Amino acid sequence: MVGIKKSRWLPVVVVGTILLFFYLPILILMIFSFNDSRSLTVWAGFSTQWYTQLFRSRDMMEAVMTSVSVALISTLISTFVGTLAAIGLSKSRKVVKEVVLQVNSLPILNPEIVTAIGFMLLFSAFTIQRGYTTMLLAHIAFSIPYVILSILPKLRLLDPNLAEAALDLGATPWQALIKVIVPQILPGIVSGALIAFTMSFDDFVISYFVTGNGVKNISILVYTMSRRINPTINALSTILVAIITIALVLINVLPMMKKKEKVSYE
Amino acid sequence: MRTFSNLVKPYIAWMSVFIVVPMLLIILYAFTTVGNEVLPFKFTLDNFIKFFDPVFLRVLGKSLQVALITTVISILIGYPVAYFIANVKENIQTLLILLVTIPMWINMLVRTYAWISILSDNGLINSFLSKIGLPTVTMMYTDFAVVLGMVYNFLPFMILSIYTVLAKLDKALIAASYDLGANRIQTFIKVVFPLSLPGVISGITLVFLPAVSTFVIPKFLGGGNYMLIGNLIETQFITVGEWNFGSAISLIMAMIIMISMVITKKFDKNVEENNSSGGGRLW
Repeated sequence: MVGIKKSRWLPVVVVGTILLFFYLPILILMIFSFNDSRSLTVWAGFSTQWYTQLFRSRDMMEAVMTSVSVALISTLISTFVGTLAAIGLSKSRKVVKEVVLQVNSLPILNPEIVTAIGFMLLFSAFTIQRGYTTMLLAHIAFSIPYVILSILPKLRLLDPNLAEAALDLGATPWQALIKVIVPQILPGIVSGALIAFTMSFDDFVISYFVTGNGVKNISILVYTMSRRINPTINALSTILVAIITIALVLINVLPMMKKKEKVSYE
Repeated sequence: MRTFSNLVKPYIAWMSVFIVVPMLLIILYAFTTVGNEVLPFKFTLDNFIKFFDPVFLRVLGKSLQVALITTVISILIGYPVAYFIANVKENIQTLLILLVTIPMWINMLVRTYAWISILSDNGLINSFLSKIGLPTVTMMYTDFAVVLGMVYNFLPFMILSIYTVLAKLDKALIAASYDLGANRIQTFIKVVFPLSLPGVISGITLVFLPAVSTFVIPKFLGGGNYMLIGNLIETQFITVGEWNFGSAISLIMAMIIMISMVITKKFDKNVEENNSSGGGRLW
């Protein structure tokens, strides 16, 4: 195999140390969410008081609701618009395709803060009051480019004659779209939706600049609260980490299991 | 197929409003100042001239310096890690890569917040130090804390992009190198490392760009007075309300990033050309 000098322990030590570096802070944060005192360094016994406080705090619950609803709605809309746009792009003339893709890649290449102030200036130019709606619009807007980019490769693999054949056989364009094209590119659509959801749910920078009227998502709440040490943040973080980890493990393990099934069929 | 190509039209309209117009607005704000009632905008270069004050130039210098240090450290740590992961059995590779990926999906604010209780003056490290009778060290609100926070947040990108290239490396090339008499070190320096450079380069972009523009990490770990260019933009928009100056700074930052991307892309092309010609010679 590739290797400078075969050593058994060096790789284990290096990779192990880095994984420890990645996970230890998160683990400590999670452990102290169960601490019986306000301290984040001295262990005073097990308690779930910070979780009780978390669920009682109206601010926190509102922020959770905002994050979840913005992520769900923006994922639905951006996946729908992005899918149609990607299909349209794959059938467009080369010039149109290139220009659209170039513009589309701007928010991906630009630093988040630049995209964020762009939205902020846009909403103020149209004198739209900043709040929940602007946050939702911004999330839809920054998600669509990623959805398009995750669907386009699947469309490239698609046989162009398939849609043609469906139309020849009497399908309406809409039927051809829903029954022939969409099922073929479904993996791309699903991964696009997943990217859109996690990006929206985790977003801080763009939400921070386009929100107003006291509307906060989880990230903005953490940002405003973190100046003082507050174990309810630890409790909230613990729940977030748990959800993300379970979701990622499922996403990664399920396809592996499916693959195994396929192999056994063969 | 005209019917289907029409599907892109609504998005072109959307894109113009949500991507093109915001960019134009930033440029407009950067080159103007608040005018009078008749003419709301007045063209000016003052916003840019203002930036060339030593105070602001120092902020820019500091941002570039911190981002550069973060990138170098990420390569020095990330390369060996990616290399080792690429050389274990395939199912362990999948597991290790999943373990590197999970932290990337955890909210960046949470990940950065986690370090506060470790680094602070009465935090975990310092209480441990005083317990074993050593003097305590101030770590919070220093360059060290900021760079640590950045490496912690962005290192996974470096590992993943180097790993992707190393994992796809044609093993026959390495076998050929051994057959032709090269030892392990020679093979690494002359074959493996040059072929992995595209991964290193995309890793550099993935680490350097967010490191230059972040304002959360310096705020959390550097404190309220720690100014990087991202913080400067945030202050202009959120605290001071100088949108024109803020837009000018954003434009300058976007330009710097654009230039560094062009440079890395050019470098990437050179690498690819060298590789393909090298491959030609090999046969």
